[in-house]
Amino acid sequence: MTALTAAAPTRVSEPYVEDVVRAFVIATAFWGVAAFAAGVFIALQLAFPQLNFGLEWTTFGRLRPLHTSAAIFAFGGNALLGSSIYVVQRTCRARLFGGAAVGWFLFFGYQLFILLAALGYIFGITQSKEYAEPEWFVDLWLTLVWVVYLIAFVGTLFKREEPHIYVANWFYLAFIITIAMLHIVNNLAVPVSLFSSKSYSLFPGVQDALIQWWYGHNAVGFFLTAGFLAMMYYFIPKQADRPVYSYRLSIVHFWSLIFLYIWAGPHHLHYTALPDWASTLGMVFSIMLWMPSWGGMINGLMTLSGAWDKLRTDPALRFSVTAVAFYGMSTFEGPVMSIRQVNALSHYTDWTIGHVHSGALGWNALVTFGMLYYIFPVLWKRERLYSIKLVSYHFWIATIGILLYITAMWVSGIMQGLMWRAYDNLGFLQYSFVETVQAMYPFYLIRALGGTLFLIGALLMVYNLWRTARGDIREESPIGGRVGLQAAAAK
Amino acid sequence: MFIKHSTIERNVILLAVLTLITVVIGGLVEIVPLFTIETTIEKVQGMRPYSPLELAGRNIYIREGCYVCHSQQIRPLRDEVERYGHYSLAAESMYDHPFQWGSKRTGPDLARVGGKYSNEWHAAHLIDPRSVVPESIMPSYPFLAERTLSYRDISDHLKALRTVGVPYSDEMIAQAVADLEAQATVDADTDGVLARYPKAAVGDFDGDPARITELDALIAYLQMLGRLVEFDKTQPGSLRQ
Repeated sequence: MTALTAAAPTRVSEPYVEDVVRAFVIATAFWGVAAFAAGVFIALQLAFPQLNFGLEWTTFGRLRPLHTSAAIFAFGGNALLGSSIYVVQRTCRARLFGGAAVGWFLFFGYQLFILLAALGYIFGITQSKEYAEPEWFVDLWLTLVWVVYLIAFVGTLFKREEPHIYVANWFYLAFIITIAMLHIVNNLAVPVSLFSSKSYSLFPGVQDALIQWWYGHNAVGFFLTAGFLAMMYYFIPKQADRPVYSYRLSIVHFWSLIFLYIWAGPHHLHYTALPDWASTLGMVFSIMLWMPSWGGMINGLMTLSGAWDKLRTDPALRFSVTAVAFYGMSTFEGPVMSIRQVNALSHYTDWTIGHVHSGALGWNALVTFGMLYYIFPVLWKRERLYSIKLVSYHFWIATIGILLYITAMWVSGIMQGLMWRAYDNLGFLQYSFVETVQAMYPFYLIRALGGTLFLIGALLMVYNLWRTARGDIREESPIGGRVGLQAAAAK
Repeated sequence: MFIKHSTIERNVILLAVLTLITVVIGGLVEIVPLFTIETTIEKVQGMRPYSPLELAGRNIYIREGCYVCHSQQIRPLRDEVERYGHYSLAAESMYDHPFQWGSKRTGPDLARVGGKYSNEWHAAHLIDPRSVVPESIMPSYPFLAERTLSYRDISDHLKALRTVGVPYSDEMIAQAVADLEAQATVDADTDGVLARYPKAAVGDFDGDPARITELDALIAYLQMLGRLVEFDKTQPGSLRQ
């Protein structure tokens, strides 16, 4: 773990590629706001269907993939690409392989992918595979960008001046390799013609379903977990100024996590026409997955040993640490929901949506916010953020937003699941489907409110980061109030 | 371990190769047998590829993201079988590229919606869902009724599907345009299309017999969903996977 303190590029002959990273983190903030706004809008569509406007481009069916892709691939993807380029250079003390030219190709190539995908959704060009909706020509373009990304990343590891590859880079590498594998296999399709945007999946029915959820679950496992754990392994030690808690735990949890995750996909297909042996395998491995997930959480949280007081004075660190706590919560909830009998209730309901958002908002977004608050002053060479107080407001607004969101979805999901299976005392189904839809209404409102709070928090962040990049510093008393002042006076 | 971890984490290629091996195993064990175990797809009678009009309708279903809110997969649970009908079989999606099982029921399951409602109901419901179900939160799709269906290249679609394994015959491909028009036209000669695609719903679907709209195609697709397998000729033993 010698790379941990490798902040000063003393032995580097040429400076790191940082302009590209700046572009990526700006794009991260931009797409984050776009994704949250789209989410709030489609949440309101479920409460007020008039908001679909009767236009083909604005229906829930077309905007929902826009929201999920904006959140995962635009917001999350830019955070991963940007932070990985930043981290790999610093932990290797080496300039990005291929230099700025490759970096800019990755940046613009990836933004082009996002634009092509987003326009496709709005115009109805979709494969209908969840989180893999873009059609074949967009998939080919992403494959090219991804191969360049892999070469640039591995090339930088080759050039490293550090003997060891730092743990964050193991996770980034696993993320890049596995996403390549998943993306290529799940998107195998035959286009109608070279000039047609439409293609047909190579796989039929039940096989297509399993391959899709092998992909879909591991988009969570490797895009939203392994990649973001890499961020955790670099930025939390940096923010807390402590080494990673346990080197041994890093090794054990890395290999067990990437081995077990791949098996978990079939838990999305309980009680379907997928044979039982496959969904049982998926369930068993999902439950085992709980342990490496918590191994990662413990390693992240315990890194704060001896530095817990920083949580009081550094709200940016508070984001990262709360993110790890949410990670722990949703990686416990996930295995529970993968149990067949629990899944019988939760599947097809809002409970799943709530679970996804406790991961996406609580873990992915909060850890990204922590990263952005750390990285902006470093990249723009500022003394500190424009306003620490605003970070604190953002933290509380976002956290309350998440709690409203996930509790509303728990209640509505479990309630709808129970209503579907309720029988009256004559032995008939008690509720028609549309009665269960009506019962959702108040919870859809609460969910939209939670999402709105989360969006407002993100706007505060954008303002704060913009002022930071400009070089402004707001005069404010230190966070922690009198306690902080007394501690300062005692020194 | 035989290799010290310090060796792995000093060697990029070793780390990358071991990572790849580690992540490949689970997928191989779960996916490959699905293509090789013969009982994965039940042996039932009645399954056939989609007729050209149904296929065009299915592509509109996909384009509009209907799968985002509607599943097509009935689970073998008492309440679902009572609400929607016989639980879904793997055989019922054997010609589906891609599958449309869905993952969320913001609206009801559609795996066996075929024949449950009239064409008139579907047309009214798709144009303005709240005109027939006041509490519905489904978007309205008035533009489907206004747009003429584009189907000049429908035989190319059948050819692409044949490439991925759907048993469309040369005759089906040659007759694709004619079959599509015959299925959606009132009083047309439907002997050919019904011989090639048994149980296809024929006639005008959207209340506008003058032209074939996207709404025609979508309703033709909805009206055949879940109706192909002949359950009265099916023994429980043949459903064993």
